[in-house]
Amino acid sequence: MSAFAAIAWRELRRAWVGGGVMLPVAFFLLVSILFPFAVGPDAKLLGRIAGGVVWSAALLAALMPVERLVGPDMEAGVLDQFAARGLPDAGVALAKTVGHWLGFGPPLMLASVIAAGLLGMDGATLVRVLIGLAIGTPGLAALAVATGALTAGLRGAGAVAGLVMLPLALPLLIFGAGEGPGAVKLLGAVSLLLLAGAPFVAGAAMRMGRG
Amino acid sequence: MSLLAFHDVACDRGGRRLFAGLSFALGPGEAALLTGPNGIGKSSLVRLAAGLSAPAAGRIDREAPAALAAEAAALDTELPLAAALGFWAALDGGRERVAPALAAMGIGHLAEVPVRFLSTGQRKRAALARVVASGARLWLLDEPANGLDTASVAALEAAIDAHRAGGGAVLVASHVPIALPDAQDLRL
Repeated sequence: MSAFAAIAWRELRRAWVGGGVMLPVAFFLLVSILFPFAVGPDAKLLGRIAGGVVWSAALLAALMPVERLVGPDMEAGVLDQFAARGLPDAGVALAKTVGHWLGFGPPLMLASVIAAGLLGMDGATLVRVLIGLAIGTPGLAALAVATGALTAGLRGAGAVAGLVMLPLALPLLIFGAGEGPGAVKLLGAVSLLLLAGAPFVAGAAMRMGRG
Repeated sequence: MSLLAFHDVACDRGGRRLFAGLSFALGPGEAALLTGPNGIGKSSLVRLAAGLSAPAAGRIDREAPAALAAEAAALDTELPLAAALGFWAALDGGRERVAPALAAMGIGHLAEVPVRFLSTGQRKRAALARVVASGARLWLLDEPANGLDTASVAALEAAIDAHRAGGGAVLVASHVPIALPDAQDLRL
């Protein structure tokens, strides 16, 4: 198994045993349930805002695992061991992103089917949301790893992570919740940009953390 | 051909100059013992040697990759010891080297015990077992004898001797006496 696959697999395994898979999903469903309570049982209104609700919930759920993506590895010396083996920091960050997405994207898409039922979303909207999540969550995962690397070692990293990550995730929210083929293309562009750029940001942050 | 060579290296930490003008070389079979008071820069020197940070001045030549045992054990605490070491051994290309390395450090009987149940000294020995299993020719050990009992220090010395006999080199930073026959003395 290559180093890349080994690091990605380790990330997925640790997410699974450490609650990193189930906690964001539970949080996502909880936020989705809050909206009907907040806006009232008006099925028409709920159906109309359901797509946006699911995306907002997905963004908030993406914050949950940020603290444990890079910080614990930095503290335990795992990142030092990767660097001592000559593995490139950005490559390690990308492998972490892949592993993180595998434990985050697909479970979230499954959960959004449940959320669609709770919110009275129609079939066409659900398909659109699922396609959007499939395109957008890789970018969200890359952003989460970069944020985790930037805030690693800070006290109260979780709170700072929200302030760093949510503004940068706004384009994903706008184009993800938007309608029409243009929105999907722009969502893909933003997601690709994050996926290509964020690992370098994360790698630089990991390097600074070592220095 | 040396496995590790420092040429006029200087090291800064937090805006402070820790040491400067340091030169030494380690060839196959050689060892260097790094000593000095707390805070003088022993760990920083080991990190420089491992390529984890860049020197403020000078040049470091290293035959990659080196095996590093630093203060942090870098083992996944939820995994059994053999599996936690197996992750690193797989990266280093030799999962089958884990069992002999565990035996060499006297913790073969702990292979199936989750890392979180191990004591400080046992974790230290596990980190040293990772170095033994790495197959790297250059070992960088930062305070390897910390928290080890007498028998474990002897096992460590035996492992280092075997490594050097096989053409490996080792850099040891330690304030605890360690028997390293014919080692260069690096005093900061």
